[in-house]
Parts: sequence; C-alpha cells; structure tokens
Amino acid sequence: MQELINRAKELLADGTVARVLGWKAGDLPYNPEPAYFEKEEDFADFVYNGFCGANLSKYMIEASKLEGKTLVCLKPCDTYSFQELIKEHRVDRDKAYIIGVGCKGKLDIEKIRAMGIKGIKSISGAEIEDEAETLTIDTIYGEKSCAYKDAMLERCHVCKGKDHMIFDEIIGESKETKDADRFAEVEKIEAMSPEEKFAFFQKELSKCIRCNACRNVCPACSCRKCVFDSNKFDSSQKANVDSFEEKMFHIIRAFHVAGRCTDCGECSRVCPQGIRLHLFNRKFIKDINELYGEYQAGADLEPRTPLTNYDVEDAEPGIVAERG
Amino acid sequence: MQRIGVFVCHCGTNIAATVDVKKVVEMALHEPGVVHAEDYAYMCSEAGQELIHKAIKEKHLTGLVVCSCSPRMHETTFRNAAEKAGLNPYMVEIANIREHCSWIHKDIEEATEKAVILMRAAVAKVNLDAPLKPGESRVTKRALVIGGGIAGIQTALDIAEAGYPVDIVEKTPSIGGRMSQLDKTFPTLDCSSCILTPKMGEVNAHPLINIYTYSEVESVSGFVGDFTVEIRKKARSVDMNKCTGCGVCQEKCPSKKTPSEFNRGLSTRSAIYTPFAQAVPNVPVIDRDACIKFKTGKCGICSKVCQAGAIDYDQIDEIVTEKYGAIVVATGFDMIKLDKYDEYAYSQSKDVITSLELERIMNAAGPTGGHLERLSDGKPPKEMVFIQCVGSRCADDRGKSYCSKVCCMYTAKHAMLIRDKYPDTNVTVFYIDVRTPGKNFDEFYRRAVEDYGVNYIKGQVGKVIPQPNGKLLVQGADLLDNKQILKEADMVVLAAAIEPNPDVRKIATMLTASIDTNNFLTEAHAKLRPVESPTAGIFLSGVCQGPKDIPETVSQAGAAAVKAIGLLAKDKLLTNPCTAHSDELLCNGCSQCANVCPYGAITYEDKEVNDHGVRETRRIAVVNDALCQGCGACTVTCPSGAMDLQGFSNRQILAEVDAICR
Repeated sequence: MQELINRAKELLADGTVARVLGWKAGDLPYNPEPAYFEKEEDFADFVYNGFCGANLSKYMIEASKLEGKTLVCLKPCDTYSFQELIKEHRVDRDKAYIIGVGCKGKLDIEKIRAMGIKGIKSISGAEIEDEAETLTIDTIYGEKSCAYKDAMLERCHVCKGKDHMIFDEIIGESKETKDADRFAEVEKIEAMSPEEKFAFFQKELSKCIRCNACRNVCPACSCRKCVFDSNKFDSSQKANVDSFEEKMFHIIRAFHVAGRCTDCGECSRVCPQGIRLHLFNRKFIKDINELYGEYQAGADLEPRTPLTNYDVEDAEPGIVAERG
Repeated sequence: MQRIGVFVCHCGTNIAATVDVKKVVEMALHEPGVVHAEDYAYMCSEAGQELIHKAIKEKHLTGLVVCSCSPRMHETTFRNAAEKAGLNPYMVEIANIREHCSWIHKDIEEATEKAVILMRAAVAKVNLDAPLKPGESRVTKRALVIGGGIAGIQTALDIAEAGYPVDIVEKTPSIGGRMSQLDKTFPTLDCSSCILTPKMGEVNAHPLINIYTYSEVESVSGFVGDFTVEIRKKARSVDMNKCTGCGVCQEKCPSKKTPSEFNRGLSTRSAIYTPFAQAVPNVPVIDRDACIKFKTGKCGICSKVCQAGAIDYDQIDEIVTEKYGAIVVATGFDMIKLDKYDEYAYSQSKDVITSLELERIMNAAGPTGGHLERLSDGKPPKEMVFIQCVGSRCADDRGKSYCSKVCCMYTAKHAMLIRDKYPDTNVTVFYIDVRTPGKNFDEFYRRAVEDYGVNYIKGQVGKVIPQPNGKLLVQGADLLDNKQILKEADMVVLAAAIEPNPDVRKIATMLTASIDTNNFLTEAHAKLRPVESPTAGIFLSGVCQGPKDIPETVSQAGAAAVKAIGLLAKDKLLTNPCTAHSDELLCNGCSQCANVCPYGAITYEDKEVNDHGVRETRRIAVVNDALCQGCGACTVTCPSGAMDLQGFSNRQILAEVDAICR
C-alpha cells in the first residue's frame, strides 16, 4: 500500500495527474469507500486492503470530464469494465492514468457475519501486503478468526485472472483465486421447470427494495438518464401492480447490460438484500458463449460485440424458443 | 385527443365467416378517441374507400384504423384513400384481422375476441400517431444481376435493351450456367448451346452490359435505388486484356487431373482452363489449388507458351465497389447430393448416373463425345432404367418436399433421344406421377410413350444392386399391375432433385431478402408480385425463386427486368418517413446503435447540449434520414431509450402491448 501511496503522491507532485481515485478508510474497519485524493495530506486516509472491492472504473465517467488526468487504481477485474467503458466512449482513456493494483481476492463482510462473527471492532490479515491465509477478527465478544478464502466475495471464487487488461503501470502482485465454475449455479437454474424457475426468481427478486444500488454501482449501467427515471417511458413510476413488479426492473436491467456486462459482480456485492443479481448476468453470458462462441466483455477494445454484430453463421432467432 | 374512425372489412367471407364484424364495430365505439365505426363487405373497393372518404369529411376524423388484411396487401390503398380526403397518410393503422386472425382460427367467438384485441392495439397506436412526411432519395440508374445463367443473361439483356447499364456477377469463369451443360431442350429438342451461345455473345458484346466472371458479391449496403456493392474479382492469374483465347496454355498444361466441374466430374481438365469451348469470356483461369507452379513454385509452362504474355501469377483478388439502383438475384440451382440415397448405388457403380451427367454424356462436346456408353466399360447400354423423383416430393427429411418440376420432361426427352438414336436400347422409366403441364408438354411425353416405345412404370424403385457381371439389378414395384419387378439394367439414371444454389443463403443475407425453408427466395406476393423480393429493390429471376424450366425462367427473367426497369426509370423515390431519431438529452454516445445499424445511417457528433441548465459538449448519435430504413434495430439496442422510430415509437409499441394485455 505504501508503494502505491508513494507513487501516487509522486505523480500528483510532478503534475502528471491532477487527482487520485482510490479508497479511503470508512467509519468501520470493513467499509472503505471510493474517494478522490488531491493533496498530500489527503493520503492520511488512503487505504487499499482486502475490503476494497469497489470497482472504480465507473467513477472515471465523471472524472473524464474534469480538468487534467486522474490516477485511477484498478484491480485486474476492474480493467475489463474500464475497457468496456472506453468502447462505449463513456470514459476518456487519455484522461486516465491507470495503476493496476495487485489483488489476491476481495473480502465479503457478509460472509464473515454469516459465520457468526458479530460485533467486529477490527480485522487484521486483510492488508494487501499480508500473505495471511487467516483473518484475525477482534470483536466485542473476543478474538475470532476465519480462513481468508472462506471470507472471499463470491466473484473472487470465479476470478477472471490476475492480468490487468489495460494499465499504465502495475503496483503489487495479483493472484488468481478461481476455485469454482461460474456457471454451476446457472446450470442448476436452467435445469428447473418453468414453474420452479418462476418461483425461484420471484423469491429472490421479491426481496428487492428498489434502492437502486445495483444500478448505481454497475459500470454497464452508465446511461445519462436511466429508462426507469425517464418520464418519456411509462415504465418510470409504474406502481407495484403485484408483489413481483421488481422483476421488470431486474430483468430489463439484465437485458440492458447483456453482452456488455463483464461479470464484475458489483451488483451482488452492494445489494443490501443479498440478491444474487449476478445470476441473471451469468445466464446471458453463458448463452452468448454457447450461441456465439466464448466471449468476455472488456477483454479487448473490439467495438463489435456478439450482440451488436451480425454474422451469417449466427444462430437463428428461433434458437431462443428451442433452447427454452 | 384524436378523432378516430374504425373501418372493419368483411373481405367477403374471408373475415366475416370467422369474425363477428358487427361486434368489432360495437367494441370499437368504446375505445378512447373512436368517434366512428362501421363495417363493409370490401373496404378496399371503390365503394369501401368512398365510405372512408365520407366519414373523414363528415366526422372530421384525424386518424383511421382499418381492420382488414395484412398491411402488405392494402396499407398503401388505405393510406392513399386517407390522403385523398385530406388526412396525413401516416395517420392510418391497419389491424390485420385476416392473416393474423380469421384465416388461422376456426372458432368465431375466439377469433372475434382476437379481432377486437387487434383493433384495440391499432387504436392505441393511432392515438399516439403524428403526421409524417416522406423525403426523397435518388436512384442510381444501374442494375446488378447476380448469376450469369440463362436467367441472369436474359434479365441483363432486357434491362440493357431499355437503356440502363447492367453488371453481371458470375461466380464461375464463364457465364452460361446450367443451360450451357444441357444437350437438347424440351419440348422442341433444339440444341441448348445453339440457342444459348448467341445470347452469351450478345451479352458480351452489349455496350451497356459489363460482365464480372470468376467474381462474387462480397458485401451489399444501402437500400432501394442506392445500393453499394463490393464485388470480389478473384485472381484469374490471366490478364483479360492480353489473352487472345488461343488455348495453347490449356493444351500444354501438365496438370490435367482435376475433375471437370463442367462435365460433372466425368472428365478431367487442366489447371489452367476455360470450363467449355464456347466460354464467355474466352479467357482461362488458373485453378491455384491444382496448378503446379502455385503448389511447388516450379513449372510456369503456360507463361512460357503464352504468345500474348497474358499469364500473371502475381495477380491478386480485386475488390470493385459499384453503386446500383436495383439488384436482380439469378443464382440458379444445383442438383442435390445423393449421399442420403445409397439404395440407388450411385456411389458404388459408375453406371448409376444423374440426369445432368447423362446430359453431358449425350452431348457431342461431352466426356464420351456424345456416344451413349457405360462409364465402367465403355459398352453401349442395352437396358436403361430411369428413376424419377430421387429426392423430390420426399416425405422424410432425406430429400425435398417440393416437386423439382423439370425432371418429368427431361426424362421423356432423354428416353426419346435414346430410343431415336439407339433403337436397340430399351428404356424403362419408374415414376410416381408424370407431370406435364405446359405448352406442348403432354404431347411430347405421349410421343415418347406412343411413338418411341418408352416403357413407363408407375412405381418407385426400392433398390439398385450392382451385380458381379457388371449389370445393375433394379428392384422396383409396378403399382398398376400390383407386382414386384426385378430388372437387369446396364445403366440407371437418377432424376435427382434440384435445389437452390447453396450460396444463395449468404447472398440473401447480404441483401436482407427473405428465403424459405428450402432456401428458395421468397416473393413479395406469391401471386401478385412473383418476381419481387419483399425487400425493396431486389428482384428474383429463375430457379432461385422456385423450380422452373427454361421457357418459364426466360419469362420470369423478363418480368424481373421490367420491374427493375420500372424502378430505374424513376428519378427520385419517396423515402419512408418512419426513420429513427436520437434524443440528445438521453443519448450516451455509446455507439451501440451505430454498431447494429445495417445501413450505416448513424454517425456521431460532438454537440453542445443544454441538459436542464447544464451546458456540456456530448457525443450524440445522429441519424441520416436518407440512409435510415426504419428497421428499428437501433431503438431496441439503445439502453437509454434515446433512439426512437417515427411511426413506431417506443411509446406506441408499449401502448399497443398495453392494449393487448388490457
């Protein structure tokens, strides 16, 4: 972390960048938040640890409009989102100085809590320099511990790899943490009968409180004005005609990001209701892989993507009905 | 609020027999904005249009819903009627209660309910309709014909004769197509080459016709009146301007083992070759896969013997870009592969051949010099069996469900010619039905039976078994005598089904022209617009649209030419005003719409916008009205809903859906 801070200060001092986009310590030990650092003294708060899951690429949309370059810290998986935003002309590559930060898997406080660890005062072992396999958690009930791996975000178990897709320089080492198949859960749902599927999604989505956190954090949901906020469409403030109205929101959202979603997993990370929103996106990714060949959004800067390109060999539209 | 009139057509009994039209009228009067509703036997008739006219005037209507047939059929009729009465034609919506309703339902109650729903959706749409005004686009006065067979040749000649330049793109090294492979033609038995070759010469010499042989269409963009086409001229390795067509290179070429495409693989050809003697242009090509020079770097004999210095091993494919107002598809056909018909022993015996191979054998310029002989031992056959409908009229998925239409007649021709030339040879034809509708066709068939003694047996052949003595044992059934037949034959000829040229799928996709499940191109209307594709500016000529013989092909080729000429004769076309537009306050500038636009109609501009007091420069999508065809691909791709299609706005579509779900 110190190396990162030193380098950031250096680039700020020599005028290469006008500000730094990173994470600062939050009110609690496990909730660092995205922040700008413009002056030497701001860095007192700077953190980069296992809880810095937030994908900063989306903040570059606004940062691209500011005077001067912005130094942005991107983890390997964040760089996919960043490239996708370049493709869509939403961020300006020339306005970004990308430091690819090392990542060894990010932590999920909900997983720690789910282990029965409550009343957390501080956590050690989450610092990025640490090679610790174990987290030591000081709670009001005494010291507890758990394996780092068991506290990792779901998305880190299906890690896309330790390589940064785009960067100006890299600080810190990364480790691929993949130990699961990202489509395993999707396959289970695919195997369900239509009734079971409906029930599954109804149960999952009815938890939604429409706080819009998923939408606000999603790098693919970067519309200047979301269709759900626009009075141009009658969809904006439609009343909850049934308890399952949220399905419209999430399903339309999944369609809107289909083919562009890099599977960064931010939606599921930020959902206060613990809805596994990434399942929708992965279903689309799986279908795209099967119908149009393996595709990873954000892995390149090729503007034509499977869903915005047409090829004679493409699946006929009827394939959807056949596949169910 | 609109003042809407709803007009419900009976279409005789087409609609009225299945839909309670009075009920639709009654229900229409409850819909928002509807101030008038009535029904009539034939809304499209003069009298029906008069009713519409009167209602517009008397009730001061601002919008119309006509519940009738498909908009493909009469939308224009009703739009014109509305315009005559002073209404903007785009204030008319059609509720298709015929094709989408009465024709596909039997139950009156259900059909009526559906008709009411369709009417309701149309009313919901008209309520949000706004008057639109079409723009104008120019017409490039040049036509493209894809395919240089008899269909393409005839179409090109007819268009050129009307004074418009035409380009023909032909995939193979020469024009001529299938017809050039045929020996004689039914029902007059004149020699195919004798009637085709002059036409090939005429096309070649015509000042307004330009032929691209050994070339393929690479890409098509644009729209009716203004297509831009990229043509790949494959490297011929021979300079067209220098070659004199002397043929020495072909004689001296040491690589002579490539199966001749023209002779259906029954003979071989050299690596540098013209497909046949009368080829147009009479300029050979080097088949680089067969050429020793290209394979090993050594040889170069053709270059050494060429007096004209025409051989050019360094030639590369060239892409020509040209603009056209109209495109005629004349991609023709091929015979199906017989790999699924093992029972006829086609792959096991050289003496089981297809009809097209027989054409080559019978032809004086063919592999046997026109002598009818067995390909296995060169002996003249004494017993010949013809098997009809091999893969045609097929109930299972081995073959084609359709009748190939030409086989009955050419088989009668083959039988007659063989009996005439070789009276000692017996000819037996196994058939399901003999189909001879056509001028002088049945007379022709009867001559084969009555004057030439061809033995026709109604029944199918189950199996052909090659015998150790070289003969073929044909196992069949005689359905009229109800008995099994075992017959020894020297040669068996299979009337294999014809199918559209496999390349047509690729071409249809480039042209956005629809094709059916058999890969035949679809007409705009099966009866009334048989030579036009539903895609404007695309016309159909020959077998690419459906099986047909030469006279029919030539008539259709002429008809396609007339349609193309009709288009080229116009200076301007009215453009569809239903084009897309982007809302600059909603546009993200993300380029997705530009990526999906098949017409290249979307570009981006950096534009200063005032978003509720915030002034900033944004990247905004801009649609070129002249290029936009209103397909709507951008509107469904746009994540923020900034793209909207005039006449089919997102709100209108949602209003229709809401009306249907109400």
